[in-house]
Amino acid sequence: MSNLVAGQTGEWEVVIGMEVHAQVTSEAKLFSGSSTTFGAGPNENVSLVDAAMPGMLPVINEACVRQAVKTGLGIKAEINLYSVFDRKNYFYADLPQGYQISQFKHPIVGEGVLTIELADGTTHDIGIERIHLEQDAGKSLHDQHPSKSYIDLNRSGVALMEIVSRPDLRSSEQAGAYIKKLRSILRYLGTCDGNMEEGSLRADVNVSVRRPGQALGTRTETKNLNSVRFIMQAIDYEVERQIEILENGGKIDQETRLFDTSTGTTRQMRSKEDAHDYRYFPDPDLLPLQLTQDFVEEIKAELPELPDEIKARMVSDYGLSSYDASVLTEERETAGFYEAASKGRDRKLVANWMSSELFGALNKAGKSLAESPVSPEGLGALVDLISDGTISGRIAKDVFAEMFETGRPASDIIEEKGLKQVSDSGAIEALIDQVLAENQDKVAEYRGGKDKLFGFFVGQTMKLSGGQANPGMVNQLLKDKLRG
Amino acid sequence: MENYLNLTATQARAALQKKEISATELTHAYIQAAEATKALNNYVCMTADKALEMAASSDKRIADGNAGPLEGLPIGVKDLFCTTGVETTACSAILKGFVPTYESTVTSQLWRDGAVMLGKLNCDEFAMGSANETSVFGPAVNPWSTDGGADLAAGGSSGGSASSVAAGSALMATGTDTGGSIRQPAAFCGVVGMKPTYGRCSRWGIVAFASSLDQAGPFTRDVADSALMFASMAGHDAKDSTSADAALPDLHAALQASVKGMKIGIPKEYVMEGMDEAITALWQQGQEWLVEAGAELVPISLPHTRYALPTYYIIAPAEASSNLARYDGVRYGARVEAGQSLDDMYEATRAAGFGDEVQRRIMIGTYALSAGYYDAYYLKAQQVRRLIKNDFDEAFEKVDAILTPATPSAAFPLGVKQDDPITMYLNDVFTVPANLAGIPGISVPAGYSDTGLPLGLQVLSGAFREDTLYKVAACLEKQAGFTGQPPRHALAAR
Repeated sequence: MSNLVAGQTGEWEVVIGMEVHAQVTSEAKLFSGSSTTFGAGPNENVSLVDAAMPGMLPVINEACVRQAVKTGLGIKAEINLYSVFDRKNYFYADLPQGYQISQFKHPIVGEGVLTIELADGTTHDIGIERIHLEQDAGKSLHDQHPSKSYIDLNRSGVALMEIVSRPDLRSSEQAGAYIKKLRSILRYLGTCDGNMEEGSLRADVNVSVRRPGQALGTRTETKNLNSVRFIMQAIDYEVERQIEILENGGKIDQETRLFDTSTGTTRQMRSKEDAHDYRYFPDPDLLPLQLTQDFVEEIKAELPELPDEIKARMVSDYGLSSYDASVLTEERETAGFYEAASKGRDRKLVANWMSSELFGALNKAGKSLAESPVSPEGLGALVDLISDGTISGRIAKDVFAEMFETGRPASDIIEEKGLKQVSDSGAIEALIDQVLAENQDKVAEYRGGKDKLFGFFVGQTMKLSGGQANPGMVNQLLKDKLRG
Repeated sequence: MENYLNLTATQARAALQKKEISATELTHAYIQAAEATKALNNYVCMTADKALEMAASSDKRIADGNAGPLEGLPIGVKDLFCTTGVETTACSAILKGFVPTYESTVTSQLWRDGAVMLGKLNCDEFAMGSANETSVFGPAVNPWSTDGGADLAAGGSSGGSASSVAAGSALMATGTDTGGSIRQPAAFCGVVGMKPTYGRCSRWGIVAFASSLDQAGPFTRDVADSALMFASMAGHDAKDSTSADAALPDLHAALQASVKGMKIGIPKEYVMEGMDEAITALWQQGQEWLVEAGAELVPISLPHTRYALPTYYIIAPAEASSNLARYDGVRYGARVEAGQSLDDMYEATRAAGFGDEVQRRIMIGTYALSAGYYDAYYLKAQQVRRLIKNDFDEAFEKVDAILTPATPSAAFPLGVKQDDPITMYLNDVFTVPANLAGIPGISVPAGYSDTGLPLGLQVLSGAFREDTLYKVAACLEKQAGFTGQPPRHALAAR
């Protein structure tokens, strides 16, 4: 139980559940034909339905239903062939209908599971309670005018999936791993772009603490966290705050809290007493959503290979370490890059080159993999040149640096700079002869039993060759000559 | 021109085709009739210029041989239907000044078929009422009256629609029926009012009252006109998820067919204590007419009938409380700036914008959906609704149609029931079950009260069997021979 937090009066167990709102990747909104493109001018993507004009009616967008089912299948969840859209009633200026169409009693996706892996290599299965489809609200802008608020309805009606976890998370680290893993799966599936800065993925975090083995404590809900860091900070702050209150004899109020990104703290947004009565009831404008098993099977057949499966294959078929495989499968793009670069080559060598040289260079340059000047084919070609002995690993690092800088192919750089490895035994022998001739005293010492000097001869020979001599051949020929 | 106002739509259509009259002449006559009957307060917005423009186009199409099924027929539109460029208020202060940029599916289908729009008709605010008294424009008045008596209610909520068709200021009119809002005013004003099967007519572009009950339908002078107009209004609409993709039965054949051999159910639960004796007698008379025409009467039971009104008054307000949340003063309609906060503005806007009855129903509905009350009220009401539907399903296994009175009384004077919502709600006792079950119903004028006011009989049929409905309605119409003209008809008023 390494997850327990030490307090002044003993240990505490942290219990976390998350509600993640993921914007569904779709051309049009959940119940209207309006575009969902990010970055349009205020109120440009608004239809009569989104603005809740009198007499307007919602019509379900099948593409969004498909995406929700796909997501459910991606977390191995139960797909509910019968689900119902309900109205969640409350007043707000950016909620034109006066209600949000959501799913309450009968969500489209039921129980599923998501496996997370922590830095220490342990894995944990986190239960997913449900996924339901719902409309996003618009956006209130309070900083555009001294006394008025502006409303932008571009987001109004955009499809969201609310992915609700079981309270199975036990630390901020687990919560961070959970959101990263979820984001990764959504991006593999193509059901959510996972862009947290643009708000495509945001989380409400429910946190409580309890003495190990005791009943669940009272929880607080911190809303609308839009980065992994903020999620972890908010949890850490809440855990500390709650433990302090409890250890001083206080009690936790069930309440909704807001996270202040500038201070890393949370503050009360509304108490339980102020909680809305949403008056959920089935939306009479929409019939229950009834799917066929064929529809689900069709989507199942379209599912891409997911990170856990790819990772398992990389470990078993390519012989990669679990760690390397995790790094390479975190993003769909990375896995794709790796598969393309390593196809028909030394898989492990390519993995090493990606995780050390390529990621290092990208990090340093502040670039994403998509912006990499070195293509998968380019990296693959470089590794080929190492494997077939054309260049040494050390030279390859210089060649790679040049490739990254200029985007040119490895072969051109090697050709132009004459970096080709010397594997002609005659030429290497000549170099060795010269080294031995210049260091006759050391030759004598070596032959007198000072074996350690062997490295010195190798170094001198390589130096003389400008690094281009084939190190294996240098070793072999030196041994022969010294035995001489 | 006097004769024009007495023509049925079917007759007017024939006269237009034969070029005995022009659409422009016919439209002119109706515009004048509307002026002449202004005291009935039927139109809340006249669109005379638009009407004449549309009539001119109709004349051109008739000349070109391209006449649609409703070509040149002047129609009034209940103010619940959104009409492009024409103020649409649902007769509520909160929508004052709202001019839609879109046309409801139903009205656009009428214009597609050549109909001419005369203007917008009075109704209860957001269709909530049974006497048209909750309208912000004041009540529509019934063109019928007892000798020298007070102004009578046209019924509601579609009071303006029923009254204008009866008074000769609209040839036909659209209405909506959530709990009887077409059939009750039709009965009060002596015209034919039909509520189609739920899902027949698209709700797109109609200001919503209670989504699971609302259904648009026609007001006409006779049963054949009703079928004609209904055929234009109906049809599947992809923009309404509850719209049914079901072909219309052959209505023309139904109008010609005999009821011979049909089984007509007479529900024992529709005998109400204190009901007008004239109504009981008319119901009896209707049964005899059908028997004379060769139909067979079958006593049936619809055991959950007595729960229909309470069920309706949970479900309809619950849906309304949510449907009317959008009238918040933020995007369109009236706004009352008050206080400092958004909530202050909402409260001031909605307090000023909604009338008492609408506020009452929003509060009832909000209560019924609240945490802790949902199961006892809304959920229970939905369960009872299912039982009521089951009653009808079982009945229609045994009978083709059901005959009932349309209303428990004839038209009552305006103002008398205003302070007693419960008595007012009882007006819909015979009409509400059809809305809860989603089945079609029609009110046919068939007789008179002791004081000479029109009374209606209601025919109900199974879902999507409007052909059966019209078959029986046509028979009743023929047998009853109702031809009365109200004292305040446009022709009398001039």
